[in-house]
Amino acid sequence: MSREREPKRADAAGKTYALGAFFGEGRNEVIDPIPHAAALGIKVVRIEAGDATLRLDYRPEFVGDPSRGLVFGGVITTLMDQALGVAVSCGLEDLRPIATLDLRIDYLRPADPGKSLFARAQCYKVTRHVAFARAVAYDGAEDDPFANCMATFMLGTAMQGSEYVSALQEFARKTE
Amino acid sequence: MKAAEALAMMPYARYLGVEVRKSDSGRVFVLPFREDLVGNRWLPALHGGVVGAFLELVATGELFTQTEPGRVPKPIDFSVDFLRSAGPRPTQGKATIVKHGRRIANVRVIAWQTDENKPVAAGTGNFLL
Repeated sequence: MSREREPKRADAAGKTYALGAFFGEGRNEVIDPIPHAAALGIKVVRIEAGDATLRLDYRPEFVGDPSRGLVFGGVITTLMDQALGVAVSCGLEDLRPIATLDLRIDYLRPADPGKSLFARAQCYKVTRHVAFARAVAYDGAEDDPFANCMATFMLGTAMQGSEYVSALQEFARKTE
Repeated sequence: MKAAEALAMMPYARYLGVEVRKSDSGRVFVLPFREDLVGNRWLPALHGGVVGAFLELVATGELFTQTEPGRVPKPIDFSVDFLRSAGPRPTQGKATIVKHGRRIANVRVIAWQTDENKPVAAGTGNFLL
């Protein structure tokens, strides 16, 4: 690679983030390589350090309770898991593979049929091997969530030269 | 209601293509593999959300067999432990209704691929009946 990358984005504490190049609004490059996220039509609303908001537009095939037109809980789990994964990846100072270790979701109320669903996830603690994150899902105001979620992620070894790193670097180059 | 009828009624279960089979050890739900269910295409592995959603479907499908017609079990909470990465092959799941009360049911689910003794994920949830 001959071109020098832009310096990594620094936050107030002077930290740099491996995926800092993707911070901002609508930066879908981070989840575009994920086949199932693309299949559902999950979109990035906004990404900051350890903080990601994603959107999923309503589709009839997401319904679990046809008598009321309610989206199945598992679809919300997928949106939450995806938002949490992006928040954790974007909260790391180096690029590492991550894997969801566990996830618990509380269904506070049904989501309104037909509405777009949003999930905002925040990674609030990173240790050597584990990251901790939480998320809310909402269909209107963020302070009126319909679901709440807590999750932990295993962190792998920092990667260099893997296909995932190459793919992300390629996306980063295209968007510079 | 039969589990197969419950799955046929839920558009999301049809979207995932979940089926139900009888085995010696009871009712087994099957999630066929599809490329568009992948979360990590470099491993490859199923999306964690799909694995979690499948566990919730297995729990819901099992509950339907114990519930009066016309009533839909509503999820209150659901917890998933991801135990192994789920590879590009069919995933199977089995639910145990731990408690079926008047208003609340507690359900445990386990999912595996080739070996039932090597689960890829385990889940537990409470449902309002």
